[in-house]
Amino acid sequence: MSKTSNINRVDGFAKVTGSATYSAEYKTPGVVYACLVGSTIAKGRIKTIDTKKAEWAPGVLAVITHLNVDKPSGYEKAKDKHNFGQPLQIFKDDSVLYYDQPIALVIADTFERMRYAASLIKADYLKEEHATELKKAADKEKKVETDKGNDYHRGEHDGYKNAEVILETEYTIPTEVHNPMELANIIAKWEGNKPVLYTKSQGVEGTRRSIAGVFGVPVEDVEVHSEYIGGAFGMGLHTWPYEIAALIGSKKLNRPVKLVLHREQMFTNVGFRPYTIQKMGLGATKDGKLTGLTHEAVAMTSSYEDFMEGTVNMSRFIYDCANVSTRYRIVPLDTCTPIWMRGPGEATGSFALESAMDELAYKLNLDPIEFRKRNYAEKDLEQNKPWSSKFLLECYEAGMEKIGWKNRKNEPGSVKEGNWLVGYGMGTGTFGCYRSPTSVKAKFLADGNLVLQCSVNDMGPGTATMMTAIGAEITGFAPENVIIEMGKSGLPKGPTQGGSATTSSVGSAVHDACNLLVSKVMTLASQNAAFKGIPITDLTFENGLISSKKDNSKSISLASLINSNKPEDFEVENLSKAAEEAKKYSIYSFSVHFVKVLVNPNLGKIRLAHVVSCADIGTVINQKTSAGQMFGGAVGGIGMGLMEALEIDHRFGRPINNNFADYHVPVNADIEKQEVFFVNKKDPISNPMGTKGLGETALVGMAPAIANAVFNATGKRVRDLPITLDKIIETVKV
Amino acid sequence: MKNFQIIKALSSSSAVASITKDTSVMFIAGGTNLVDLMKKNVVAPDKLIDINALDLKKIEFLNGKVSIGALAKNSQVAEDQSIKEKLPLLALALAAGASQQIRHMATVGGNMLQRTRCPYFYNTDMPCNKRVPKSGCGAIGGTNRMAAVFGTSDSCIAVHPSDMCVALAALDATVLVEGPKGKRQINFTDFHRLPGNTPEKDNTLEIRELITSIEIPDNNFTKNVHYLKVRDRSSYAFALVSVAVALELKNNVISNAKLAMGGVAHKPWRLTETEDFLKGKTASEDIFKQAGKLGMKGARGYGDNDFKLTLGANAITEALTIAASK
Repeated sequence: MSKTSNINRVDGFAKVTGSATYSAEYKTPGVVYACLVGSTIAKGRIKTIDTKKAEWAPGVLAVITHLNVDKPSGYEKAKDKHNFGQPLQIFKDDSVLYYDQPIALVIADTFERMRYAASLIKADYLKEEHATELKKAADKEKKVETDKGNDYHRGEHDGYKNAEVILETEYTIPTEVHNPMELANIIAKWEGNKPVLYTKSQGVEGTRRSIAGVFGVPVEDVEVHSEYIGGAFGMGLHTWPYEIAALIGSKKLNRPVKLVLHREQMFTNVGFRPYTIQKMGLGATKDGKLTGLTHEAVAMTSSYEDFMEGTVNMSRFIYDCANVSTRYRIVPLDTCTPIWMRGPGEATGSFALESAMDELAYKLNLDPIEFRKRNYAEKDLEQNKPWSSKFLLECYEAGMEKIGWKNRKNEPGSVKEGNWLVGYGMGTGTFGCYRSPTSVKAKFLADGNLVLQCSVNDMGPGTATMMTAIGAEITGFAPENVIIEMGKSGLPKGPTQGGSATTSSVGSAVHDACNLLVSKVMTLASQNAAFKGIPITDLTFENGLISSKKDNSKSISLASLINSNKPEDFEVENLSKAAEEAKKYSIYSFSVHFVKVLVNPNLGKIRLAHVVSCADIGTVINQKTSAGQMFGGAVGGIGMGLMEALEIDHRFGRPINNNFADYHVPVNADIEKQEVFFVNKKDPISNPMGTKGLGETALVGMAPAIANAVFNATGKRVRDLPITLDKIIETVKV
Repeated sequence: MKNFQIIKALSSSSAVASITKDTSVMFIAGGTNLVDLMKKNVVAPDKLIDINALDLKKIEFLNGKVSIGALAKNSQVAEDQSIKEKLPLLALALAAGASQQIRHMATVGGNMLQRTRCPYFYNTDMPCNKRVPKSGCGAIGGTNRMAAVFGTSDSCIAVHPSDMCVALAALDATVLVEGPKGKRQINFTDFHRLPGNTPEKDNTLEIRELITSIEIPDNNFTKNVHYLKVRDRSSYAFALVSVAVALELKNNVISNAKLAMGGVAHKPWRLTETEDFLKGKTASEDIFKQAGKLGMKGARGYGDNDFKLTLGANAITEALTIAASK
């Protein structure tokens, strides 16, 4: 283990002491306060909107609606509004496409006056019939011809139907919302024709492109700051209407405008994991060899964007199976557009796949792990490529040991602790490893610090800490002498933070830039008179000192070298990309979640007595931040398994639990013991550090692990998430 | 939230005198529910009378009864050593409610007056007879997992959300109030009411009346008591069903029994018939199962909450079993 592999989170002190500045906290002279007023119907047109009372209310500076908006120039250019990537154009016209869709922007001099004025706005509508229930809108199902939307077949179509043992089942997951602690927020202002945004974004460069498109300004003129993010989980991957609204308001008033969504709006206006219905067809021989696997998914999207995710993708490669078919359809509903939520696609798909695998294992009277081992994929049959590395079996072994799998009995309900039924379950997770082209600038300063710059964000996983560790490792600098500048435009261009790709992309770029910087400095040093006659290969660079390996009396400090040369000789900006070699391999992270539940069948109470999450994520750069991410992802999966569901009253097309008292996420008391484990073996292909991704696999596979454990404890198979207690107890009439 | 005045009351009589006949003036104590309701525009008072300075925070052990001031904090009562010893059921119920932060702010009187958590009551875009009389009940025919199964009406199926009140109903508490006509006492079980055609009224408190204290008679329920709260997560969630049980056992024979349920009705639901059934019986699994079934007699589900019929019976059985085994 290297000295940088367990450093503390570099921004931890700033975050826990409140000195970290989040978007809405920037001190902005002259800032005024804005909020959005939402529609109270799910579909139709605004007949009239009465803004007079609000306009006359004390302190109100502007009320903007579709009737008086100065439309951004980009609205006209975006001809086909149904293309993905062209979100709802706020205030474009009188149409209402979903409940709580913003219909007015209210700006006032104080927060309280703004909120009061907003409560005075009343609209009348021409209502149209809305559709918000996926199960009742199947006739609107559509196939989208894209990589994600195309049907996939390997071998015989629906080959499972010819198997000796067949399983056909259906699973649903409800809408789940991201709802990070930090609300969606922005301070927007204009400097001449240049928009400046302090906003919650997972991708500074992506936000710049969206804003440039909407307002018809050059991308380079858009300034975006998103230096600290209080969680996002995917909701920051989109530029949302509220951000456009704040810029419209700021332009009108020529003042900085602060807009923070209120918690209820976080459930309706900034995306969610889409409600999805999945059908599984699995076929196997009697001795447990999978011969066919069909995975079909139907998911919701909005009426104005085609949102798709990799729901069925995992089924194509995770097991060794000759005949695989996948189909994926979407149904437009009258809601806001869904957006990627932690483990997007795979989290949903793994619930169906890993539940079905468990069900089939019972049909075959096989231990679920044994069944998976008999169908272990030695290579990726979808892409027909070797794995870059795969230590999934090690994850199984570690998890079985830690959870006490040997105490599990295949017969449901046959293990008890006191009055509690004991069940063990597991679920496999995976996620692709991506690496995006990334630029990083590294520079040595005369004061003994190393500066690393990249526009990438850190939404919480510890990106700055990872950059510090890699930079310190390569240069030999102490971590406290590494300064990270990130999360804003104007810095070397980094990737969007998503898809578990940040360490692979940015870490590699830090790695490459630091190596190039050290080489550059060594070359410069070797030309110094002090090292006359000494070949560069005989020089070392340690603790800020360049010296001769053979004669350490011959040395120059980096500081003196910097002082006697030009500063630009001590900086490198480099664009780092994946090697061509990587295309020959299939690169995935793998995880397995194990759960031991105790169930009181009379009360339906499910206790998570022990949760173990094991992952093969290649090299672990930092044990602390990685463990933190794994714990958090697993807890997210527990929420998905046991609690989370946005309840919609379809009569009105409105959510009814859009608050934190009624939309449940787990609390500490829900999880009695939790552990994480990493194989920590370097991937030889993925990138110079040998890392794979972590953020998504930390969640993928947890929900089925819980469902499978509940079945093992009770004999009740819950196929519709979340597994609330009413699904466990018998609902017979008294 | 609209602008409002807040005035500090220095005596209960001056507090009462400040209240007008309509709802434009309201008392505020801990504010843990009222402030939420104001933020959401469910209520919009012009003036708040802050009663926190009143001398109503004491817990006193008097001859034959315990008196708890209306402004005693929930955490103060739950953690009081004498309450834990003499009224353990009350301490258990209080500790099961909300979160530690909320319990530090919330008062005993305020807890009694908290409004339902029915989502249709909170969302001002939805119909709700309790919030806007004659606007209809959204929960009937809607999403009603939390809703009542006892004492409902065609206008309302909301439940009272308190845990503390369930224990107080079981323990035969009395509510002491002060109003313009002077002081009076209300039996705790008569304090909250069923919705009928006027679900906008949660309780029998008259306008301008102020709760000053509650009194709980001395009893022998110091050992075989339990508060069972069944909820969707282990902390900070309202009860789907809760059961307060207090038993007096002599050689395993039940000499006295008090039972009340939460999460099932517009008020804490006292199970007197079940109490009578239990008296004189020997504690056993079978008797407790029968008690569970009897307790849920007459319950009616509304769809999403049908499971409460089974859950309620099982919860009664479980609570009795745990209480008897202590």
